[in-house]
Amino acid sequence: MIEILLKSVFQENLALTFFLGICTFLAVSKRVETAVGLGVAMIVVQSLTVPINYLIFQGLLVEGAWAWVGLPEVDLTYLKLISFIGVIAATVQIMEMTLERYAPTLHQSLGVFLPLITVNCAILGGSLFMVERRYDLPESVVYGVGSGVGWALAIVAFAAIRERLRYADAPEGLRGLGLAFIVTGLMSMGFSAFVGVTLP
Amino acid sequence: MRKSQLHHLTAPLIDNNPVTLQMLGICSALAVTTALDTALIMSLALLTVLATASTLISLIKAHLPSSIRLVVQITIIASLVIVTDQVLRAYAFEISQRLSVFVGLIVTNCIVLGRAEAFAMHNPVWPSFLDGVGNGLGYGLILMIVATIRELFGSGALFGVTVLPLATEGGWFEPLGFMLLAPSAFFIIGLLIWGIRTRRPAQIEANKFPIISQAVVEKT
Repeated sequence: MIEILLKSVFQENLALTFFLGICTFLAVSKRVETAVGLGVAMIVVQSLTVPINYLIFQGLLVEGAWAWVGLPEVDLTYLKLISFIGVIAATVQIMEMTLERYAPTLHQSLGVFLPLITVNCAILGGSLFMVERRYDLPESVVYGVGSGVGWALAIVAFAAIRERLRYADAPEGLRGLGLAFIVTGLMSMGFSAFVGVTLP
Repeated sequence: MRKSQLHHLTAPLIDNNPVTLQMLGICSALAVTTALDTALIMSLALLTVLATASTLISLIKAHLPSSIRLVVQITIIASLVIVTDQVLRAYAFEISQRLSVFVGLIVTNCIVLGRAEAFAMHNPVWPSFLDGVGNGLGYGLILMIVATIRELFGSGALFGVTVLPLATEGGWFEPLGFMLLAPSAFFIIGLLIWGIRTRRPAQIEANKFPIISQAVVEKT
């Protein structure tokens, strides 16, 4: 269990080893405060959607899930993409409404990031990896939290580096996006150092 | 084809490339670039989805209430991706296993939704189709360049055919294992952007914090 957590945070970091959510990663990392906001929103949404998607997948889509109504041969796994996207969009929407009703201050600081998260590849990717690796319910909860934390960690660290980089005297063609890619590459190298780290 | 229409097709190749300039669709792309064949299949899958989605959305744009347009767009894209995924599973099972979740991730690839929102919603069907094909090709171009570099230097082969004989098999080439790891893709794209922007200075981003030389500071 702890192994899955550590693996999803460091060794198999969604942003830095699977390139998931890199669009948002590069676009919303100009300031540390916004990066923290997006990171927190990401952790919350990821830890909610991965277990929910697990339940939906096992309860409705997997082959034999409809056996109790007399349809044991129905296999709806090909619908997983569309239902996962639906679940993610609905979760984000419900979360936004709940926050607006009960925690307006939090909603003000996190609200703008929530719609961005619906189309973030890291969220859908997390759910798809959960299916592909055949995690069970507790494992998928841990994986959801872990991969969210890993992504948040990466974006906050990256934003901090990028704030300093603004004052750097980079070659003209490298300024902005090019340098951002190279810095991400260096960070990714740093994270790959965690591969092979095992618990005593 | 008139010149203005051809422009929709050729502009996204280098001048307005979706990956290096618009910063779209980098997400799921890079993970499949360790080998050329997966990169090629991925590019073709994205090209098909992008061109079809742009055409369909442009067809129905007049009947689409703006409040639910995102939902409709995502549903169209997701259905197309499911079809593509099933076709790959049926006719190229081995490759579809190696692509694992990344074909599915075309759904959230910002390039498809981005072009639908930015172009197909405001343009007629034919230009939208061309724009879709053009952006798909621009994306595929970057993917193929990265994959060529990574496969050639990472495993000494192109499309699985050995080009540089490996030292382990009696040749002379010592493969660079680093090329097969994730960071190399970031470096290659970064350097690629540098190269393109050196040739096309119009793409250089403005410097918000220019360094004022000491002489100027002393004068003022």
